[in-house]
Amino acid sequence: MSLVLTHATRSRALPHPAVLMHAIGDGNKAPVANPKTTPDPWTTCLIEFKQTQDAQRFADLFGHFAPRVKAFLMKSGASAALAEETTQEALATVWQKAHLFDPSMASASTWIYTIVRNKRIDAIRKQRRPEPEDLPWGTEAPQSSEEILAVSDEQAELRRCIAELPLAQRQMIERAYFGDLSHYEIAEVTGLPLGTIKSRIRLGLERLRYELKKSRE
Amino acid sequence: MTDLSLKHHLPDSLLAAYSAGALPEAFSLVVATHVSLCDQCRAAIASHEAVGGAVLEDIGQVSVDDNSLAATMARIKADGRLAAKPARPAARSIFPSPLVEYVKGGPENVRWRRVGAGVKQAILPCDGNATARLLYIPAGAAMPDHSHRGLELTLVLQGAFADEVDRFQRGDVEVGTEDLTHTPIAEAGLPCICLAATDAPLKFKGLLPRIVQPFFRI
Repeated sequence: MSLVLTHATRSRALPHPAVLMHAIGDGNKAPVANPKTTPDPWTTCLIEFKQTQDAQRFADLFGHFAPRVKAFLMKSGASAALAEETTQEALATVWQKAHLFDPSMASASTWIYTIVRNKRIDAIRKQRRPEPEDLPWGTEAPQSSEEILAVSDEQAELRRCIAELPLAQRQMIERAYFGDLSHYEIAEVTGLPLGTIKSRIRLGLERLRYELKKSRE
Repeated sequence: MTDLSLKHHLPDSLLAAYSAGALPEAFSLVVATHVSLCDQCRAAIASHEAVGGAVLEDIGQVSVDDNSLAATMARIKADGRLAAKPARPAARSIFPSPLVEYVKGGPENVRWRRVGAGVKQAILPCDGNATARLLYIPAGAAMPDHSHRGLELTLVLQGAFADEVDRFQRGDVEVGTEDLTHTPIAEAGLPCICLAATDAPLKFKGLLPRIVQPFFRI
């Protein structure tokens, strides 16, 4: 009963369809159309790696992400050699920091993106990257499965929205994340009619704010 | 460690630029320090980072070297597991940890230099085309009238100041652009300590500050 109440409270505060679907599936075991019970495979893989430190899990993550990270770095202006070296460094950091991965805040691809971004600033721009203070509750706080699912779901939606953008807008976003645009140019871009992705970002933002607020109570 | 009375946040475009890794180091330092005090902006950054995650996922692939995984494993063995960043050394310090890393300590470790009228400043080492500095303004004192050629971010860490725009207290950020000319005055009470970053030298209205500006880099 308390579980149902928790879900109901969450749903009122934050009516996320994935949360609702999961709550229904959880509550009465009835088959629900397209019930989603696991996050995306790479987030699942990273959670498993975090728990087990299993080298095979890491090899799977490496197989998926390393070629993408290398592509990302080369599009950011790195030579093949620098991109290879920085990719290895970034993936090594994935292993070393996996215990800090919080799937209720970010999907695997988002979390790995932040590592790659910092390596890019370090290796290509040769600057330090000031990072915010770690959250006081660290990664010990229990993460409920529906929060992790919500993150994963939002990420999938965001990808779909970006894929559906007109080519010029999508390329503009990519250039911003490759470090091709100055912050003045980004300020102009965020004024563009990027309606669908803006509303997706907004949705994620509401949930994250709620997460942070809840965890500080 | 967040302050609910925080009223002046960073504009979304700067949070997006920070998430994309597009800010000069000095601005990143202000963002990281503000976000350490502000969950609202922390959440906004996390949602912009999700866009970066989506870009990474769909960027395509470039084959890694044949021995890439083995070389990565060798790096891991050499380095070991990285611990979480150490928590703020003195929990009561007014400096959040990103700033502690630049000052190498708390307010007592700042190497202040006097710039006149009781105002002190300390330039922080930052690469790129923007500078960061800490400002110390005695209660009741005013900063010289100035306008800006570029962008200036001023984050309050202690005390409060007021200018033609509004009142700013701990955690608040004032965003100065070319059309802002203001005279910040520190409130009575504690000295006002701010972290400020700009990508252009400030322009002062009076003659004297213009003469001393090259010497003090304010």
